[in-house]
Amino acid sequence: MTKMVSIQPAPNAAQPDVPDVQGHFGRYGGRFVPEALIAALDELTAAYTDARSDPEFTARLNGLLADYTGRPSPITETPRLSEHAGGARIVLKREDLNHTGSHKINNVLGQALLTQRMGKPRVIAETGAGQHGVATATACALLGLQCVVYMGEVDTARQALNVARMRLLGAEVVPVKTGSRTLKDAINEALRDWVTNVDHTHYLLGTVAGPHPFPVMVRDFHRVIGLEAREQMLARYGRLPDAVVACVGGGSNAIGIFHPFIGDSSVRLVGFEAAGDGVDTGRHAATLSAGEPGMLHGALSYLLQDSDGQTIETHSISAGLDYPGVGPEHSWLKDTGRAEYRPITDAQAMEAFQLLSRTEGIIPAIESAHAVAGALQLGAELGDGALVLVNLSGRGDKDVDTAVKWFNLLEGQQ
Amino acid sequence: MTSRLAPLFGACAAEHRAALIGYLPAGFPTVDGSRALLRAMLDGGCDLVEVGVPYSDPVLDGPTIQAAADTALRGGARMRDVLAVVESIAGSGGRAVVMTYWNPVHRYGVDAFARDLAAAGGLGVITPDLIPDEAQDWLGAAQSHALDRIFLVAPSSTDQRIAATAAATRGFLYASSVMGVTGARDVVSRAAGTLVSRVRELAPGLPVGVGLGVRNGAQAAEVAAFADAVIVGSAFVTAAADGEAGVHALAADLATGVRRTAPQPA
Repeated sequence: MTKMVSIQPAPNAAQPDVPDVQGHFGRYGGRFVPEALIAALDELTAAYTDARSDPEFTARLNGLLADYTGRPSPITETPRLSEHAGGARIVLKREDLNHTGSHKINNVLGQALLTQRMGKPRVIAETGAGQHGVATATACALLGLQCVVYMGEVDTARQALNVARMRLLGAEVVPVKTGSRTLKDAINEALRDWVTNVDHTHYLLGTVAGPHPFPVMVRDFHRVIGLEAREQMLARYGRLPDAVVACVGGGSNAIGIFHPFIGDSSVRLVGFEAAGDGVDTGRHAATLSAGEPGMLHGALSYLLQDSDGQTIETHSISAGLDYPGVGPEHSWLKDTGRAEYRPITDAQAMEAFQLLSRTEGIIPAIESAHAVAGALQLGAELGDGALVLVNLSGRGDKDVDTAVKWFNLLEGQQ
Repeated sequence: MTSRLAPLFGACAAEHRAALIGYLPAGFPTVDGSRALLRAMLDGGCDLVEVGVPYSDPVLDGPTIQAAADTALRGGARMRDVLAVVESIAGSGGRAVVMTYWNPVHRYGVDAFARDLAAAGGLGVITPDLIPDEAQDWLGAAQSHALDRIFLVAPSSTDQRIAATAAATRGFLYASSVMGVTGARDVVSRAAGTLVSRVRELAPGLPVGVGLGVRNGAQAAEVAAFADAVIVGSAFVTAAADGEAGVHALAADLATGVRRTAPQPA
């Protein structure tokens, strides 16, 4: 039986001074935001620092993670899928089984409790695929908080089911019609709302990007994924995996499962980004593979930008990965070489989506299908007997519509 | 380092009036168009213009300036065009600073940008998403190339942050009059007066400009009663729909406002 593990101060095993007190991971991170938001970020940092050393807060969060979310999430070995992995054994960490259908709920419950603690009655959030929006709407319903979710108009169309779920849960969903009308622009609108309403509103950011303290705080709330998985692997296999893999958009599920393994030098950490039509085509969202350092949404990190520093519009079949930035800790892990990041195209992800569905009876989120595709690739490289742990960050119910179109499922074609 | 804008604020103080500062993004509606509009704003009575760098993700801007920046970017406006616009203003005797989100400068190279802006005759840079805590490169580059560095404070800023921000500032301190994004408003926020008084106490002698929301001469007069500069952005973008005549007329109205002695709002 895996014991309950939750937020704990998370010193970096390799370099305990990273990040520094201003949230810098080496050159990355920090706070590139209007001065008007600094007071709120300081308030949040203080509230979070105070809460995580408060046993009452930790007990309340652990209680919700167990009784409401259903943690710990199991690990599942996938023998039929693994037949396609060159002799490697693929093990899934089942974040798809969490309440609301993805890993997002881990962070949301933590921040929603913090919102209450700060005495703020209103929560705003951005969402891409809708998973973070649904999780936020859920936590707000649970705790009686007012909830407004910003979502790009392109995403409200391709993830209509999640829009309906959020509204059912009592949230207001605001379609964002500016810029590329995807996740990036939803974050812009949320920041505009926050700077206007900051005295009574918490911005419940859904990934490990943004200004300090978000990258640290959101990571800490998701570390439960890696802490559980590490114990589960040791308990079942008597050893650590050879590689831990995850998909990377903003990077929250990846950092959650990577972080507790950073000190285990035998474990390769590999993130898979959305390559869309292919990195060479320019229609992709592979920030760490093809970007260069720049500021977006409050932090310095790798960024898809043009030669004038304008953000480039991205493409991915997966709304949750369709983002030109990435969390600053991933940039640091890339530069230090501790983690590696590779691209997976729409076509590769959809092939893995179908394969996992048909071999194991698990329909993954298209985001997570990028990690599955990556695990198959990596398994083939690692060879016989290798153990590959995959963060299956979400389930695919929301993606059935996209799959219908991709595979032409309603035309009798198999 | 002496501020490049000190002569301007000195002259306005001698006339017992506030300075008028107008903003327009370079490249809106076209590069040549923005050059002409900024010229008309100066001719109409602006003491200083802020040449905006159009940016893809302007999180401190409301719909009016977002739309103008989109137009400029779709028209292909580049950083070199921004510098060319500054150069033409300075070349004809006008005063210009640049207003920019930080990533375009980071990408250009902070020192290279300071060098090229100074060479173009620009006097300083307003940085809405760069706080002094993250500005080591910029503080050094501004010093080397003798540019003013204009940081922002907000009603939510603590006394400690106002003091630290003021200490890093040269030229004037930009006080955001409201918590919110840019855009013309019907009523000047009372928070503005309170914020300016706090700055006066914490940073005596540093000129303070007030922006966000001013759109006409009457509002300019209200702000001019307590601030050293009145900053107008979105209203100029809106007035640009009527071309040079539109922005000239607005500048003239605002210029009258900053010269009127208006009672401070109760």
